[in-house]
Amino acid sequence: MNLTELIIKSIIILVIFGVTLVIAMYSTWAERKVAGFMQDRLGPNRAGPFGLLQPLADAGKMFFKEDFIPSQANKWLFIIGPCLAILTALMSSAVIPFGDSIRYEGLTIPVQGVEINIGILYVFGVVSLGVYGIMVGGWASNNKFSLLGAIRAASQNISYEIAMGLAIIAILMMTGSLSLRSIVAGQESFLTWNVFTQPLGFIIFLTCAFAECNRTPFDLPECETELVGGYHTEYSSMKLGFYLFAEYINMFVSSAVISTLYFGGYHYPFMNTVHNALTGSLGEVTGHNLATLIGMLVLFAKIFFFIFFFMWVRWTLPRFRYDQLMNLGWKSLIPLSILNVVVTGFGLLYDIEYASWLIVIVMVVLAVMSSARAPKRVVQPQRS
Amino acid sequence: MQLTNRSKQVSNKEMTLAEKMYLPAIAQGLAITIKHFFQKKPTIQYPEVKRYLGPIFRGHHVLKRDEEGRERCTACGLCSLACPAEAISMVAAERKKGEENLYREEKYAAVYEINMLRCIFCGLCEEACPKQAVYLRHDRFVPVFTERDQVIYGKDRLVEQLDDRYVRTGSEVRATPTEPTLSRSAT
Repeated sequence: MNLTELIIKSIIILVIFGVTLVIAMYSTWAERKVAGFMQDRLGPNRAGPFGLLQPLADAGKMFFKEDFIPSQANKWLFIIGPCLAILTALMSSAVIPFGDSIRYEGLTIPVQGVEINIGILYVFGVVSLGVYGIMVGGWASNNKFSLLGAIRAASQNISYEIAMGLAIIAILMMTGSLSLRSIVAGQESFLTWNVFTQPLGFIIFLTCAFAECNRTPFDLPECETELVGGYHTEYSSMKLGFYLFAEYINMFVSSAVISTLYFGGYHYPFMNTVHNALTGSLGEVTGHNLATLIGMLVLFAKIFFFIFFFMWVRWTLPRFRYDQLMNLGWKSLIPLSILNVVVTGFGLLYDIEYASWLIVIVMVVLAVMSSARAPKRVVQPQRS
Repeated sequence: MQLTNRSKQVSNKEMTLAEKMYLPAIAQGLAITIKHFFQKKPTIQYPEVKRYLGPIFRGHHVLKRDEEGRERCTACGLCSLACPAEAISMVAAERKKGEENLYREEKYAAVYEINMLRCIFCGLCEEACPKQAVYLRHDRFVPVFTERDQVIYGKDRLVEQLDDRYVRTGSEVRATPTEPTLSRSAT
């Protein structure tokens, strides 16, 4: 690795880091805007044009609040908790391929923090570490509500990681690689995007992503009605800010992972035509770099859509009850994802690419039949 | 008692498979929220846009002058008696020779003070006044104050200015607080 490559690589890493932070920052603004619009309000619009300075104001407020450590809390663990949460959240964006590659002075450098051949395993490992941040924070607070929130977070993440992993195994079987870049490369044409070959896996993965990010409808760890504030009840100032920030970074990372795994990453329809046209008219190097840039923009559009989707769901659905959450995870998602793996295996064996649509079709037929057979509900007017 | 026809009876029947899958219901819910996302917002951007509050809004007090510009108030004290918050106080004085063009009655209020921290804008002073001297204007708010010495409004801030007459003739009066010119008239 020579100096130019090193410099370009560090620039890429820094830019990814910065972009992650900025997107997480503006997610807080977007969340409030989206919430407002869905509730027929306008959301924050006082700080700067369209309220765009709101995140800065919020951060300023967070920094100037009293940084309080309860006297009975375990001081060091109390500090380590939010640090772990934000550290793990930031680490996971390192392996996501944000674009094809940059050509510069005969070098071809992939737009990615690190290209490792076990990318998705790395993401999984770091995401499961993320629960330590919550667990440590909740434990160190020395408060039963924090601890209950932390326990909920831990058990929920463990339960949903299984279904998530099984959903991904189907993809790994089809791609034959753990590297995120080769998973993206396997979805080159539009109809081979994994969302079309693995529709059930996508729905399972999406649900589990919601649970992993502790977002509504699975935000039981911070369930205000039951647990005061959940695991961050005792936190204030920027420590609380770190927890909230980590949640938004996680949201960005899971949107990126969903786009990469299921929506073709930086691929888009007629990509090769665009690439050839650009290289043809602007030259090999500039054209290629420009095509990479378009691919990156497409990926970010997908990511933003999923961030919006996360918010959309949050402001639509109420919270699950805890037994409903566990029932859904263990009794529905895990059996379904195992079935998905088996059917995908048969599909690979007999060379049918769209095999897992079988499960979807069977389920839709069953659902329609059962609702047709169910006794009609008579809507009775309320008696006075 | 039935208030709306939208109420639905809750049932404990076992859910069908489609309901157990949650997805159709989730899709329905998402459709509702996204519809609201694109709807026009009813918000009025308050400090920039002020809406008309109606002809009977009770805002800033005004001590009226009559057609010839003389103060109508005769310092009878009925307003301060009617005031449930005891916000009004006054000192009466006798009209001297040569002041007939300033005060309509033989007795007038030398000091007339309203404590705006106490005032609850109930409008009872307006109803009590036998001389139609005190009104709560429908087109102007009492501005926000930040210091205690800004709280008590004396005659300097209450008596009607001759170039800014206040009239409220009927219920059809319309003047928004953003357009004070509409309420100015020469009566």
